[in-house]
Amino acid sequence: MSILVDKDTTFLVQGITGREAVNLTRECLDYGSKIVGGVTPGRAGRDVYGVPVYDCVRDLVAKHGPVDGSVISVPPGFVRDAAFEAIENGVKLIVIVTENIPRREVAQMVELAGLRGARIIGPNCLGLITPGECKMGGIGGPAANTKQAYTRGPVGIMSRSGGMTTEIASTLTAAGLGQSTAVSIGGDAIIGTSYAELMPLFEADPETRAIAIYSEPGGRMEAELAEWVTTNHSRLPIVAFMAGRFMDEMQGMRFGHAGTIVEGKEDTTAAKIERMEAAGISVAERIEEIPKLIQKRLAEKR
Amino acid sequence: MRFYEYESKALFRRHGMPLGQSGLAHTADDARRIAGEIGGPVVLKSQVLSGGRMKAGAVKFADTPDEAAAHYDAIVPIVVNGQTCRAVLVEEKKGIAQEYFAAITWDGRHKRPVLIFSDMGGIDIEEVAETHPEHVSKTHFSSLLPITPRIAKEAIAATGVTGQALNRLTPIVFELMQVFLRYDLTLAEINPLARLEDGRFVVLDGHIDMEAEARGTHKKLLEELGIGAEETRQAREATAFEQRGAEINAQDHRGVAGNVVEFDGDLGLVIGAGGGSLTLFDAVRKHGGKPANYCEIGGNPSVKKVQELTRLILSKPGVRKIAVMMNVVSNTRVDIVARGVIKGCIQSGKDPKDVLAIFRIPGAWEDEGFKILAKYGVDYCDRSVSMYEAAGRAVAKLNG
Repeated sequence: MSILVDKDTTFLVQGITGREAVNLTRECLDYGSKIVGGVTPGRAGRDVYGVPVYDCVRDLVAKHGPVDGSVISVPPGFVRDAAFEAIENGVKLIVIVTENIPRREVAQMVELAGLRGARIIGPNCLGLITPGECKMGGIGGPAANTKQAYTRGPVGIMSRSGGMTTEIASTLTAAGLGQSTAVSIGGDAIIGTSYAELMPLFEADPETRAIAIYSEPGGRMEAELAEWVTTNHSRLPIVAFMAGRFMDEMQGMRFGHAGTIVEGKEDTTAAKIERMEAAGISVAERIEEIPKLIQKRLAEKR
Repeated sequence: MRFYEYESKALFRRHGMPLGQSGLAHTADDARRIAGEIGGPVVLKSQVLSGGRMKAGAVKFADTPDEAAAHYDAIVPIVVNGQTCRAVLVEEKKGIAQEYFAAITWDGRHKRPVLIFSDMGGIDIEEVAETHPEHVSKTHFSSLLPITPRIAKEAIAATGVTGQALNRLTPIVFELMQVFLRYDLTLAEINPLARLEDGRFVVLDGHIDMEAEARGTHKKLLEELGIGAEETRQAREATAFEQRGAEINAQDHRGVAGNVVEFDGDLGLVIGAGGGSLTLFDAVRKHGGKPANYCEIGGNPSVKKVQELTRLILSKPGVRKIAVMMNVVSNTRVDIVARGVIKGCIQSGKDPKDVLAIFRIPGAWEDEGFKILAKYGVDYCDRSVSMYEAAGRAVAKLNG
């Protein structure tokens, strides 16, 4: 078992003829993912590594039948339209890779997805992976690198940084802890799916026995997670790593991800750590402590 | 991106929101003239990108044009929370009967805009929310479906406001909601929104933040408001070092390399990606290291960009060594970064093996990258050395 994607998951790539999308398509195909087609307006009839290209998602669905997911890799000004197109053509899982999308557009995509029973992961993310079954997005990079970092096992990963998702997976793998599903949730102030929104899925997945999360300054997502864990008496031990502690000393400055800007007292890393620890979440000082903390928490449960 | 008060008010005025008579003074003579035109008591307010103006003495009241001119001279030199005064807004001062608060911001948890309204404006709204929760309403609304004034009406009425005040406030607050959505704002606030003793409702102070990512979309508006494309409006203005870094990054559209933030330490950092940079900066500091800069390599930048970023950091006074570190990379090529930093060192007249304290970037194309580093005798490591350990090695080498 896993969450969101498995060996049967089919998806398309919107913007498939773009440079980054071509790479991503190649990597996912090499990994064994089922990409049924791609969309770039005006490029119908071409192919990318054998994947047929269509002008519209509608045409793709007409030809191949319903598709589970879509990876959107188009310039920022075209993302909202692409997401609407996927949603209105019955796609239920949408991964948005593109960054620099204003909050209003993200909110509108999320709202439409909610009305249609679809889910958005991202924007500004690298997608998700169920090791050995499906890699949906640039997560892990080329197939050989992905296989080196990600192995199958009991740990679910949720991360606000795409790169750190792989760093954590690689560290877990080195310690003999594989992953059920790893999700790069995105680094923006508003994202399609937060930690707390993924928790019920991991909770219901028998393979997942622990969670590792990568966290950053900004936003209230950790507070939301802490609240969810407490309210729902989660069975899953969670180990979190908090980056950007130095930002507590420099409020109002933006470093890296759009979501990291710290504007109020609630958002400091110190406040987040306090909330998470109060909810029983272990907070690691360094990435390399994560496997040990997970093993310790799993041993305590037995 | 924060607007000055006078810019916020200019935007409100374009949307027909009620404002007092005012003018922007750039000299004491301007202040005298504007006060004369208003012809009564005025308030002079420093235009700074910070709250706390009143406390800092950067807001003053004048009864005569001469007094306004004198206050202008007193206000201009005052620095508020590190922010300097750009100009002084001279505005009519009228008796206030009641103050209201209205603000719209994004709620990341509900993923919707939220309207916050209170009939106890003027003071810190967070304090009011704690002490008088029944006087603060929070109303989420759709950013997708059409909105109508009833949302504003319900929000206002929820705080107990009724009668003429409700009907006068509703269109103002509704307009604020529309302005918020139309211009990709992250904050649209009126505090206070006042009922004057003469019965008028006016916006006394306004605060607007626009999403940095949406500046391109609203280029025309920003031009008309006189907001230059070079103005970052961060908590502090960009230094020359940071401006040069931005130029390097803008050279081509391949990846990110060059968006630096300047610090005053001696260890230069070529680090990435988004989350990796935050993690590594913490790690360097935890080991007692003093970073000379923050930066973020992301995507797949060209050799040239990495090379020029390296040169820029090495040119900064006080920088003794550079640490090159990232998390396990997926789409950044290790060999390209290696090539870029080595070229940058050589062009700066430095031997890469002396000046590069550590190179820790595992991942895509690492074998090719490590080969180049070995050739130049640079100390490198793979993923078996953690980010934290790599940062420690770099700091030890600098101090050893």
